Amino acid sequence: MKEFKGRVVCPGTASAPALVSHGGFNTLASFQSALMFGDKKVKCGDQNNSDIYKKPMFNTALCLPETIGSTTGGMILYTAAALGKAPACMLFSKPIDSLAASGAILAANWTDNAMPVIDSLGEEFLNYVKDGMTINVSEDGTITIEE
Amino acid sequence: MKLTKEQQAILDGSQGETMAKVLKTLVMYGDCFGAKRLVPITSEFGHTVISFGIGVMSPVYDLYDEILNSGLVSKQKFTADPRPLDKNVPSNLLQDVVFKFMYKEQARYEEQLKKFGLTDDEDYTCTNYLPEVGNTPKKGDILSWAESSAVNFANSVLGARCNRNSGIIELMGSVAGLVPEFGFLTDDGRKADFIVEVKTSKKPEPQLLGSAIGMHVLDKVPYVKGLDQWIGTELNEDAIGYLKDFGAATASNGSVGLYHVDKLTPEAVELGESLIRKDAQVYVVDDAELERVKANYPIIWKDPNAEPKLCFMGCPHMTLKQLNDNTDRVCEMLKANGLQKVVIPTVWTASPGVIKEFKKTRKYWEMVNAGVILSYICPLMYMNNPMCKIMPVITSSNKLRTYTTARYYTEDEIFEMITGGDK
Repeated sequence: MKEFKGRVVCPGTASAPALVSHGGFNTLASFQSALMFGDKKVKCGDQNNSDIYKKPMFNTALCLPETIGSTTGGMILYTAAALGKAPACMLFSKPIDSLAASGAILAANWTDNAMPVIDSLGEEFLNYVKDGMTINVSEDGTITIEE
Repeated sequence: MKLTKEQQAILDGSQGETMAKVLKTLVMYGDCFGAKRLVPITSEFGHTVISFGIGVMSPVYDLYDEILNSGLVSKQKFTADPRPLDKNVPSNLLQDVVFKFMYKEQARYEEQLKKFGLTDDEDYTCTNYLPEVGNTPKKGDILSWAESSAVNFANSVLGARCNRNSGIIELMGSVAGLVPEFGFLTDDGRKADFIVEVKTSKKPEPQLLGSAIGMHVLDKVPYVKGLDQWIGTELNEDAIGYLKDFGAATASNGSVGLYHVDKLTPEAVELGESLIRKDAQVYVVDDAELERVKANYPIIWKDPNAEPKLCFMGCPHMTLKQLNDNTDRVCEMLKANGLQKVVIPTVWTASPGVIKEFKKTRKYWEMVNAGVILSYICPLMYMNNPMCKIMPVITSSNKLRTYTTARYYTEDEIFEMITGGDK
C-alpha cells in the first residue's frame, strides 16, 4: 500500500479501480461518443490516447497529469457528472488546469453527483499507479493505493 | 479570496439562491488558481463558446433554465460561436438524419441565448472580434470568454485580458459581471516562458508555425522573434488574418492563451523583451522543424488514398481580406488550369457579418461562379456527425485537423487540389 497527499479541489471520499492516462486527457474527445450514444460503461473515445482508448471510464479513479483540448471541456465534465456517467474521482499529478477545474466545480455546485477531485499529487504518483489498482480517496486529499 | 461586502452578501444569498451558486462557482474557480479577488468585467460584450444544442448536453440547457427561471441574465450582451448547421453545406440524407438527432436541442438553446442577452440573431461566429461583427475589446479590457481562438486573439493581438475559461463558466462570469483575477489577468501571468526564434527561409504557413509552437510550449506564453520579417510590424489586415490562424493553431495544437510577437503585438511593442522571463527556454523553428511537425500528423482516414469528398477552409472564420484574396487565387488557378469550377466540393466559412459585406462585392459572384460555397457554419460541429467523420475531408485548418478526422494540407496544397492543379 502506498500513500500520496495532494490538494483538495473538490472534497469527498471514493474507492475505485485506477484508470491511468500518462498523457494529457482530452475531455471532449474522451467523452463525446460515449455520451452521445449512451454508452453505459463510458468507454474512452480518444484515439490519440493509447493508454485508455476504448477502456471504460465510468466509476473509475481517473489518474491523469492534466486535461487538454477544447474549452468545452468543463461543460463536458459537468454533463458527464449530471448524467451520472463521470469517473468516481479525478486525481491529477499536476496542478489542475482551468478547464478541468471548471468541470469539477460545476459538478460540485450544480449536480447531485459531485466527484472528489485532488490535484498536485506529483509525478511519482502517476509513475506508481497502474490500471486496476484500488484507490481510496480521503476528505483531506490523502489517497492510498492498494496493489 | 477576499470578497467585497457586496460580493459576500451575494454569496450569502442577498440576490437569491441561484445567484449565490453562480458566485460560489466563480469563487471556487478563482480559489483553485490563487485569485485574491473578483474583478469587474470591463469589455462591452461577452462571448460564449457554446453555440450548439446537442441532445446529449441537456443538463447544460437545464442548468441555463435554472438560471433564467431565477430571473438572471447576462449583465453584458454577448456573441456566440458559430451555428452547427447550414443547409448550404453539402450533406446526404443519412447525414441529415443524424444532424437532426444530434442537434435536437438547437431551437431550445438559441431561445435561451436570446433570453440571456445575445447581441443579434446573426452574431454566431468564432471571429467575433473582427470589425464586421463588432465585439472587439480594447487593450486592457477584462473579459469573460471561453472560445480558445478568440481568447488567444483578444489577449495577444488586442491586448485584452482573459483567462482560458471553460464554457458555462464564461457565461456565469457575464451573469455576475465578475471574474476571478488570476493568470492572464495579471501582469506576471502575461510574461513569456519561451522565446521562439523563427528562422525559416520563407514566410511560414501560419497554421503550421502555430501548431509547432503550440505542441512545444503547451499552455505557456511564447515570445516570437523573427516573424516581423515575414509579416511586418504593422497590425494591418494581412497581419490580422495571419495571427488569427497562427493563434488558433497554438491554442488547439497546444493550449496557448497568449503569445507575443516581437515588434508587432501591442504588449511586445510597448514592453519589448522585458516581457520575457529570465529563465525562458528557447525554441528554434526552421524549415526542417516545420516539415517534421507536418510529417507527424496522424492520417486517420480509413483509406489514406481516398479521393477527398469535401474541403473546408476558414476555421476560424475567414476575414473579409482572406475571402477577397482567396477568391482571386482560386479564380486565377482555375483559369490557368482551364477549368471553370473547383473540382472538390469546397466550403469557405466566415461570420455572418463578413459574409454580408462580402456579398456586396463583385468578388462574391466570382467565388460563386468558381463553385465555392460560402457558409457561417462551424466545420467542427459538421465533422462531429459520425456520418461525416467517415468521409475523406481535407482542410487548411490545423484546429479542424486536431479535433476531427479532416486531413490537413497547407494552403498552397489545398488550392492545387481544389483547382485541379495536382492532377
